[in-house]
Parts: sequence; C-alpha cells; structure tokens
Amino acid sequence: MATVAEPLDLGAMVPRPFSVARRKRETSDTWTLELEPVEGEPLDVAPGQFTMLYAFGIGEVPISVSGAAGGPLVHTVRDVGAVTSAICSSRPGTVLGVRGPFGNAWPVEPATGADVVIVAGGIGLAPLRPAAYHVLANRDAYGEVAVLYGSRTPADLLYARELERWRSRFDLQVDVTVDRALDGWRGKVGVVPKLIASARFDPDNAVAMVVGPEIMMRFVGEALLESGIPADRVYVSMERNMRCGLGHCGHCQLGPTLICRDGPVYRWDEIQPLMEVREL
Amino acid sequence: MRTIDTLIHDAPIFQGMSQEALELVSGCASNVRFGDGEMLFREGDEAHVFYVVRHGRVALDMFVPARGPVTIETVDPGEVIGWSWLFPPYRWHFDAKALGLVRATKFDAACLRQKCEADTAFGYDLMGRFAQVMIERLQWTRLRLLDLYGNGR
Repeated sequence: MATVAEPLDLGAMVPRPFSVARRKRETSDTWTLELEPVEGEPLDVAPGQFTMLYAFGIGEVPISVSGAAGGPLVHTVRDVGAVTSAICSSRPGTVLGVRGPFGNAWPVEPATGADVVIVAGGIGLAPLRPAAYHVLANRDAYGEVAVLYGSRTPADLLYARELERWRSRFDLQVDVTVDRALDGWRGKVGVVPKLIASARFDPDNAVAMVVGPEIMMRFVGEALLESGIPADRVYVSMERNMRCGLGHCGHCQLGPTLICRDGPVYRWDEIQPLMEVREL
Repeated sequence: MRTIDTLIHDAPIFQGMSQEALELVSGCASNVRFGDGEMLFREGDEAHVFYVVRHGRVALDMFVPARGPVTIETVDPGEVIGWSWLFPPYRWHFDAKALGLVRATKFDAACLRQKCEADTAFGYDLMGRFAQVMIERLQWTRLRLLDLYGNGR
C-alpha cells in the first residue's frame, strides 16, 4: 500500500522580511550585515546555526550567523557570486528575506568546564564567532581558551579590531597567522595547523571547534588529534550547497547525512571518514 | 641561568637524542642575540650556520623586484632556521630578519658536518631530524600553494 508523505511545513519555506540596520566592510570582499525583523520577534539563534538569506529576485544562499546569541541577527558575507554580491551591496534599509535558523549548534554547553580550542581559517571565523562570544560571556565556566586564526594576507583578516581586543585579554590566547605578507607585518606567516602546537590546553580535557576550507580542516583535524585531543571532542562545521534548509531537497547530502538537517556541526570521528570519500 | 647544554637538550629538534650526540652538537653551538631588524643572513650568503630560535620571531623573506621583501614564513621559539648548510653549494636561499629582539642558539655547520662524517650514526640521526623539519615545511608550503582562503575567482 502506498504511503502518503507528511505535508511539508511551508512556513519554514517562506522567507521573513528583515531590514538591513547596519553594514560594515570587513575586507575588500567581505561585509557584515546587522538585520532586524520588519515585524515580529527577532530570531532565536544558537551559536553555529545558519539562515537562508534571500536577495529578492536574485536568489537565496545559506549564511552562518556571526553575531552573539540573543543579539541582533548578524551575518558576515563574502562576495563570491550574484546572490552574495547583492547581499553585500545591501545598504541600510534594504529588505532581505530570511528563513531559519537551521542546523545544529556548537557544543558550547557540553564543553563547560573544559579547555576550548577554536580554530578558524578565512571566513570560517564568522560561524565560530558566536561560539567565542558564548565562551567569553561565560568565561569562568571554561578552562584555557585559545582562538587560532589564519587568513590569506593581513588585509584579509576578519574582525581585525575585535581580534586585537581579544588579544589584549589575559584570559584568552589569540594566535593569528597569514599565508603571505609584505614587509611591515610583524605577526606570524605560515599555516593554521602550525599554531596548534604552541597553544596552551589540556588535550585530555579540551574541546576543539574548527571551521575553514575542507582541506584546511583535514590538516587541522590531524594536528588536533596529534596534540592528543580525542576525535570525539573535535567538532567541525561543514559547508555544502544547501537549498531548502530542512533536509527535504537533498542538495547538501554528504553520503548518509544531510548537512542542513544533521549538521552543519559534526564530530570529527563521524565526519572525517566521509571527507575521505572522493566521490562525495 | 640555563647552560647551552640545557638549551640544546630542550630544543624540540634534539629531543630524544643520546647524551653523547647532544655533547657533539653542543660542541658546535654558541648563543647569539639579534636586535630588531637585524639580519641573521641574506640570500646568496654562504650558509655556514643554522639556528634554533629561543626567543622572539624571525621572518624569512624573499626579495621580489617591484614588490620588495615578501615574508614567506616566520620562525618562532623552538623552531629551526636553515638547512642550506647541509648540502652544497651551502648558500642561503632567502633572507632571515629579526622581528624584534631575537635570542637564538647558533650552530657551526663546518664543525657539525665534520662530526657527521666522523660518526655516521650521529650524522644519520641528525639528517633524520632535519629531514623531518624539511618534510613538515614542505607540507605546509604545499598547503599554502592551494591558496585555501582565496575566493576561487
């Protein structure tokens, strides 16, 4: 006998209008937008979740939330195509569509009492920033906290002023590296995985959260394991071509998992085997 | 105050080395200090030493015409600078500049090469350690060749 599928929750497919309240240029191609609902309640977002941002008439893209939970809806967007270009050029007052929030969250609550190692590459710092905000807002609840960040050049560093402020804190390790630099840069030049060896944390009681290009996450994952952190305490956030955000369309399928529904945050021991399958 | 023997014993590259081998290494070592902006060596110079950084940061630069010096790597405490001393023509392939005060242990290449030839087991051990450093740097360089954070345009 044929079964009848459950009706879709169309509410989650309809974008809510949000107005751009503020827009800030981060780098030559990356902007941070603060959005407020045109009407109704603000979104309740957990660190690590994403929304589907809709530039009306152009298209929709998944973008991680980069602001603090409980605050305004903040997205950091890199201009890499027609839709993100339209979103990045949205001036205050522009109305964008928002669906979500979707996906699971960083394990900031289970990590209570542990050391926290946050490793980001490029725009990967954006989805990790809400986790960092949570940890810093509840600083006494965690042990050592390290933020390790790599970007292409000094000019490509996201949230440069905020990183400086974080660096001046005595209860936080911030280590930054770039792939290349011209004369005048006095920071590190090299790859992110190299930063792990000099970070202070107890591998037996640490939780790591990682976002960056997949190849970077592979190397960082290996370096974290080499440092002694068990694979089930290393978390990464995966990026795929998400469309519906609800696990219906299958665009973001990675083997047996749908990233929009089951992720985007995964434990290293769960996701690493899938990252090795070339056909995926 | 820490002696040079202790400093060498604690340097990651020499970790696990036998006491006899450490003594051979330390016989070729001396402590040095560089002020901010001072050059440890320049591209094309004879590579007659290598360093282990103890304090501060060293930039490895290459001069690119019309762009000036481009930093290709920085070296921090515990890390090694230089393997050009190992193989002919024993010339540096880049500049090394102190970014701020740098304290390092300097190793005389001719002295070490001589000891490697006289004691091949020691030479094999030392080569293996440098090969490890070279492999690591090569891997990181390959990773950077991918231009990971580029936007693909």
